[in-house]
Amino acid sequence: MIQLVQQRRVQVTFVIALLVLLTAFVISVATGQASLSLTQLGRVILGQGTAREHLLLFEFRLPRILVAMLAGMGLAISGSILQSVTRNPLADPGILGINAGAGLMVVVYVMFFTNESSSFLYILPLFALLGGILTGGLIYLFSYKRGEGVNPTKLVLVGIGLAAAISGAILTLSTSLEREEYDFFATWMAGKIWGDDWVFVLALLPWMLLFLPIVLRKANILNILNVHEHVSIGLGVHVTRERILLLFIAVALAAVCVSVSGGIAFVGLIAPHLARSLTGPRHQHFVPLAAMIGAVLLLVADTIGRVLLDPSGIPAGLIVAVIGAPYFLYLMVKK
Amino acid sequence: MTMTKTNQTTEIKSFSRPAVGAISLSVGILALMASIVLAVSAGAADIQFLHVWRSIFSYDAAREADQIIVGIRLPRELGAAFVGAAFAVSGAIMQGMTRNPLADPSLLGLNAGAVLALACVYAFLPDAAYVTMVLISFLGAGIGAGLVFGLGAMSRGGMSPLRLTLAGAAVSALLVALGQGIALYFNLAQNLAFWTAGGVSGTTWPQLSVVIPVVALGVIAAFWLSRSLTILSFGEEVAVGLGQRTFAIKTILMIIVLILAGTAVSLVGSIAFIGLLVPHMVRFFVGTDYRWIIPCSAIFGSVLMVLADTVARLINPPFETPTGAIFAMLGVPFFLYFARKGGGKMK
Repeated sequence: MIQLVQQRRVQVTFVIALLVLLTAFVISVATGQASLSLTQLGRVILGQGTAREHLLLFEFRLPRILVAMLAGMGLAISGSILQSVTRNPLADPGILGINAGAGLMVVVYVMFFTNESSSFLYILPLFALLGGILTGGLIYLFSYKRGEGVNPTKLVLVGIGLAAAISGAILTLSTSLEREEYDFFATWMAGKIWGDDWVFVLALLPWMLLFLPIVLRKANILNILNVHEHVSIGLGVHVTRERILLLFIAVALAAVCVSVSGGIAFVGLIAPHLARSLTGPRHQHFVPLAAMIGAVLLLVADTIGRVLLDPSGIPAGLIVAVIGAPYFLYLMVKK
Repeated sequence: MTMTKTNQTTEIKSFSRPAVGAISLSVGILALMASIVLAVSAGAADIQFLHVWRSIFSYDAAREADQIIVGIRLPRELGAAFVGAAFAVSGAIMQGMTRNPLADPSLLGLNAGAVLALACVYAFLPDAAYVTMVLISFLGAGIGAGLVFGLGAMSRGGMSPLRLTLAGAAVSALLVALGQGIALYFNLAQNLAFWTAGGVSGTTWPQLSVVIPVVALGVIAAFWLSRSLTILSFGEEVAVGLGQRTFAIKTILMIIVLILAGTAVSLVGSIAFIGLLVPHMVRFFVGTDYRWIIPCSAIFGSVLMVLADTVARLINPPFETPTGAIFAMLGVPFFLYFARKGGGKMK
C-alpha cells in the first residue's frame, strides 16, 4: 500500500517535472534578442513561418537550447553518480576538478591542432574525456587509502586542490594562445554554452544515448553502493569493479558535456539533491528526475544569461554558480 | 571532546631555533637583494647588472636603460616584493590563529572578496583614486573572510580545517562569479581577467607610495604581536590559561590579515598558495616560534614572488604568464600533502 502511494507520488513528480521542462523550453525559445511570439512559434512549427523566423528557430535557438538541456542532463547524472559512489553529498564534477581536467585537454587541443577541420567537433569531446579521466584517476589515487576506501571529505579537498593546480596550468598555457583563441577559451572557462549548432547536438547525443541506459540498469547497484562498503560486499556486489565503472561513466559524461558547454559547476550538485528530496533515495526514481532538473537549471541559466546581456550573454556557468554556491554552503552547514 | 583537545595541546611543544632563524633571515635579505637585481636586469631588453646599480644611484633620464629600470622594472619588482611579503605574512597569521595548516588568504575567500570589490569599483566608481580602491578592497576581503568563517562556525561540528576549506571554495566560487558577472555586464572583462589571474605588470610609483607603507606597517604590527600569536597557536585554552585576552588579539590579527591581503590583491589580483607555501617552508627551518616565522615569511615571500614574477616574464616572452598560475602549480603539491595527511592538527 505504502509502496503504491509512493509509486503514485513519483509518477506525479515526473509529470510535473516534464511540464516544467516543457514550459522552460517554450519560454527559452520565445525569448532572446529577437523575440518569437507564441503564435509565430506555432506557425513556424507548422511550416508556415517566414524564412527569417524559420532560421531563427531552427538554426540559432533550437540547437543551443538542446545543447543546454543535454549538458544539464549529463552533468546532473554525473553528479548523482559521484555523490552515491563516493558517499559524499558535496560531490560535483566542477568542484572535484574534473571540469578543469577536461578544460586542460581542450586548451591543449586548441593550441596544437587546428580547429579548422570538420572533425574538430567530434574529436574535442574525446580530448576532454581523456583529461577528465586522468584527473578523476588522480583524485581517486590521492584520496584512496588501503583498508579505508575513499575518504569522502578528503576526496572533495583533493579535488579542490587539483582544480586549482589545473586552472593554473590552463592559465599558463592559454597566455600563449592567439588573441582570438584566448577569448574563446576565457568564455569557455566561465561556462558559456558556445556550442550552438546542430553539430554539437550530434556530438553530445551519442554519448548520452550510450551512457544513460547503462546508468539506469545499474540503478540497483548504485542503491547498494550508497550504503557502507561492508554492506555492499555482503550483498554480493563486486564493489571495486562496479565503483570504477560507474565513476568512469560519471567522469565521461561530465567531460563530454563540459567540452561543449564550458566549465559549469554546481549543476551536478544541486540537481541530484533536489531530485532526492522529491522522490526519495532510490536511484531508479531520482536519477531520471535529476536529469530533468539539470536540464531545466542549465536551460534557465542560459536563457537568463542571454536576456541579461545582449548580444554576447552572461555565461550560464556564472549564473549557475550564483545559485549553486549558496546551496552548497547551505548543505555544508546543515550536515 | 575537551579532553582530547587538551591532550593534543599538551603534546605540542614549541621549538625555536634562533641561530637558524638569524641565519635564514640574513640569507633571505641577501637573496632578496640579489633576486631584485636579477629581476630588474632580466627581460625583453637585456640590461647588465652594473647598469642597474648605476641607474638607481645616479639616475640619468637621457639613458634609455635608466628609464626602463626606474620607470618600469624597479616599481614592478618592488611591488612584487611587498606583495609577496603581504601574502606570506597574512598566510602565516591565519595558519597560527586558526591552527589550520590549509589556511591561506585565497583559499579562505579573502582574495575573491577583494576581487569582487574591485569589480564593483571599476563598474560604479571608474575614476576612483588608488587609495579608495585599496580601502574598498579591504572591505571586500573582510566580507569574504566573514562569510567563510561565519559559515564555518555555523556548521554543526564546528570549524574544522576541512570545513573551512570547503566553505572557502564555495564562497570564492560565488564571489568570483558575481565579480565576473559584473565585469561582463559593464564590459570590463579584460580588466578583471587581469585581476583574477594575478600579475604585477604595470605597477606605478604612486601605487607603491600607498602599498609600501601599508604593507610595512602591517608586517611590523604582525611582528609586534608575534609572541601572542605563538601562544595562540598552542590553542585557545592554553592562551587563555596564560592570561591572554584572546578575543582582542584575534581581532587585531584578523584586521592585520585583511589589510595585508586587501592591499596585495588591489595591486596584483588574486594570487593563491603563496600564503600557504611560504610559512610552511619557513616553519620547517626556523621552528614554530612566530617571532621568527613572521619576519622570515615576509622576506622569503618577497624572494619567491620576485622570482616567480621573473619566471613569468621569461617563460614566454613577450607575453606574460600570470604569476598566479605559477604559484598554483607550485603550491598544489603542498596542498595535496596536507590534505592527505588529514589536515587535522597543526604542528
